[in-house]
Amino acid sequence: MNTYIVNRMVYSAISMVGLIILVFFLARLTGNPAELYLPVDATPELRAAFSQVNGLDQPVLVQFWRFLVTLLHLDFGNSLRLERPALQLVLTAFPTTLILAFSAMALALVVAIVAGALAACAPNGILDRLVNVVSLSSASLPNFWLALVSILVFAVWLKWVPTSGTGTLAHWILPIMVLFARPCGLLAQVVRGSMIDALSSAYVKTARSKGVRSRSIIFVHALRNAMLPVITVAGDQMSGMINGAVVVEVIFGFPGIGKLMMDSIQYRDFAVIQCGVIITAAAIFLMNVLIDFAYVALNPRIRFK
Amino acid sequence: MIEVNDHLVEVRNLSVDFHTRDGTVPAVQDVSWYVNRGETLAILGESGSGKSVSSSALMGLIDMPPGRITSGEVLYRGENLLNATPERQREINGSKIAMVFQDTLAAFNPVYQIGWQVAETLRSHGVPKKVADVKALELLERVGIPNASGRFFDYPHQFSGGQRQRIMIAMAIALNPDLLIADEPTTALDVTVQAKILRLLKELQRERGMGLLLITHDLGIVAGIADRVAIMQGGKIVETGTVRQVFETPQHPYTHRLFDAVPGRRVVSETARTLVEQPLLIVQDLSKEYLSPARLFSRGATAAPVLALNKVSFKLERGETLGIVGESGSGKSTLARTLIGLETATGGGASYRGHDLLNRTPAGLNQVRRQIQMVFQDPTASLNPRMSVREIISEPWAIHDDVVPRNKWDTRVRDLLEQVGLQRDHADRYPHQFSGGQRQRIAIARALALQPEIIIFDEAVSSLDVSVQAQVIELLKSLKDDYNLSYLFIAHDLPVVRSFADRVLVMHRGAIVEQGTSREIFNNPKHDYTRELLQSDPALNVHAAI
Repeated sequence: MNTYIVNRMVYSAISMVGLIILVFFLARLTGNPAELYLPVDATPELRAAFSQVNGLDQPVLVQFWRFLVTLLHLDFGNSLRLERPALQLVLTAFPTTLILAFSAMALALVVAIVAGALAACAPNGILDRLVNVVSLSSASLPNFWLALVSILVFAVWLKWVPTSGTGTLAHWILPIMVLFARPCGLLAQVVRGSMIDALSSAYVKTARSKGVRSRSIIFVHALRNAMLPVITVAGDQMSGMINGAVVVEVIFGFPGIGKLMMDSIQYRDFAVIQCGVIITAAAIFLMNVLIDFAYVALNPRIRFK
Repeated sequence: MIEVNDHLVEVRNLSVDFHTRDGTVPAVQDVSWYVNRGETLAILGESGSGKSVSSSALMGLIDMPPGRITSGEVLYRGENLLNATPERQREINGSKIAMVFQDTLAAFNPVYQIGWQVAETLRSHGVPKKVADVKALELLERVGIPNASGRFFDYPHQFSGGQRQRIMIAMAIALNPDLLIADEPTTALDVTVQAKILRLLKELQRERGMGLLLITHDLGIVAGIADRVAIMQGGKIVETGTVRQVFETPQHPYTHRLFDAVPGRRVVSETARTLVEQPLLIVQDLSKEYLSPARLFSRGATAAPVLALNKVSFKLERGETLGIVGESGSGKSTLARTLIGLETATGGGASYRGHDLLNRTPAGLNQVRRQIQMVFQDPTASLNPRMSVREIISEPWAIHDDVVPRNKWDTRVRDLLEQVGLQRDHADRYPHQFSGGQRQRIAIARALALQPEIIIFDEAVSSLDVSVQAQVIELLKSLKDDYNLSYLFIAHDLPVVRSFADRVLVMHRGAIVEQGTSREIFNNPKHDYTRELLQSDPALNVHAAI
């Protein structure tokens, strides 16, 4: 297989191992869960018993070793808070986040490519200025503000969609739109910039001198070259979204991975935090591999290095 | 009266303006020329002379805005293409009039296979895909791509510069155009390859009876290939006629200047010094091998090591200019980079005034770098675009803090600018506000800032126009005397070396094949490769032509 991709995969695997080590120790920095789960006036004996049952009385390195062994069996332990297997909780929440992130990103890519490409065809024209202003504003709007204002406008005043929760398709509209705004604005800017570069490049001039049709110049010659930086930025944004569209999920009460993680951290639910971080990291790792494949497919210069 | 003529292509009184931030700039004014079938017209001029503008107008490649055609006609078989619809222009481009560009790495789309790109010319003009592919393969074979069928699906970056130019020519002649425009087709190529490409163009022209429009800054090429020549300066044609007329009895002062600026016309430079001192630089059996790059978790080298430098030995005397010539890939630049510590040698030694150059601590390396400075080929790339000229020139003083005290920096920067022929108030400008020649002067000022003993020039004048080149060379000569400098002057451009260097090393495949005084090398070359190099240089043909 292509050495570029193999190298990238090896590096990703190394960072994955580092991450597993880090997440275990960082979670323990938040303090002992016994203090949270037991009543304030619990006796020291009760606290000791709680710690013993949950293995928290062992030295940290022993805990870490147990954690690694169980990890190899894909056993992440039970949630302290909900007393169910951590993996089960994470895997229930994850699809929600994935669907949310993928639909927002797919929509953002389509809109950004079309708008950016059209804007680049006539730089400084009316359309270009419009795309520029709109995309810059949507890239700059903070998530939480947009979420709150859109709830106020579309759910409270206009009553077009529900304010929060899940259930019907209408519940998805606001969260997706809020998640979509920032990456779409950012990507439109990137597409526009790289398309302007591509359209003023020497190979486009060559294509014009060959008598290639202008549609083909824009979408065959320029766009494929312009996609390279777009993919990098889109992948980066996507990691952020999978990582938990925390703000959006919390505001809309959406049962995704972001909300689950927020709750688990508050309750020092170590098993769920560890499981959530590792599964999320695995998903991001997988996605980066896919992006590398896309990159190699689009850019032969990497393929033959 | 209707003027009847049978010119294939004619440009009449064309004027084009470009709108820039500083106002409207005329790119060409009142330019007229014509080409007949089977004929070669050369448009000769330096960069910025507007020599490419009229051919761009012919193919509808002028971007409007910022360009604007203010007057004139561009006729193809009597049809004014300035009034053509975009669709009509598209039909003509590639099928009737085709173009070959200078920088082939940029001119090919990097993400498509070359077979696909050659066939695209045919497909764009209605040839079915299968037929186009077969025809494209034939074309690649015709222009001499070895193993064309095996390389049909390769990408542009996998070919050498010469091969890419051949492929570009194949792409242009695919539909047997009436006129082939070649815009600086060989400028980026080595001399031996250059000669072969020009021969191919000539051959194809005879075979197909095309008109050929050659746009170039190179007098040697004009002398070798064109029937008629139009000389452009500042957007105007200052002289036109047959090549023989113009070369034998040039009328316009600018034409005279062009001929005078051709390097190497003056007498071969002589070493007039008696050498009493120790050599400044002694290089002994210097070698550099490149292993195939090691990868994480892979064992053993898979490819044979490449020998970039093969036991190179020479001396640089004090006050001397040592020219190093050879084609690209001959190891010239590797040699320079190894000497200043940008590459590590894999064998041999080099010393500067008795100090070992190769095995040095970082602190020791700094001391040497102060004494040996380098000027790179491309000033656009080697000067940081975000730094002002003042910052660029004074940066070395921040590293070597004993050279100039901080409160003197400003005056010293301005002095240096003056010495390299720029204005004192240029210190606050940024590199993009200068021309190529001016930028190279800034790079020279930066190299001078540390008061070095040796300056290495790596193709430092190769990208400059001939007259600018001559000015920079004059500057280097006077600086050398003023500061008692020694130069290592790397170039693939033989005439420049001939008129500038005291001694010359000829490099080929990492080894020195011949060394001697300029006179010996140029008048009486011993090695076969040196002879081949000298013969294939078109600029040296000018001397035969003038």
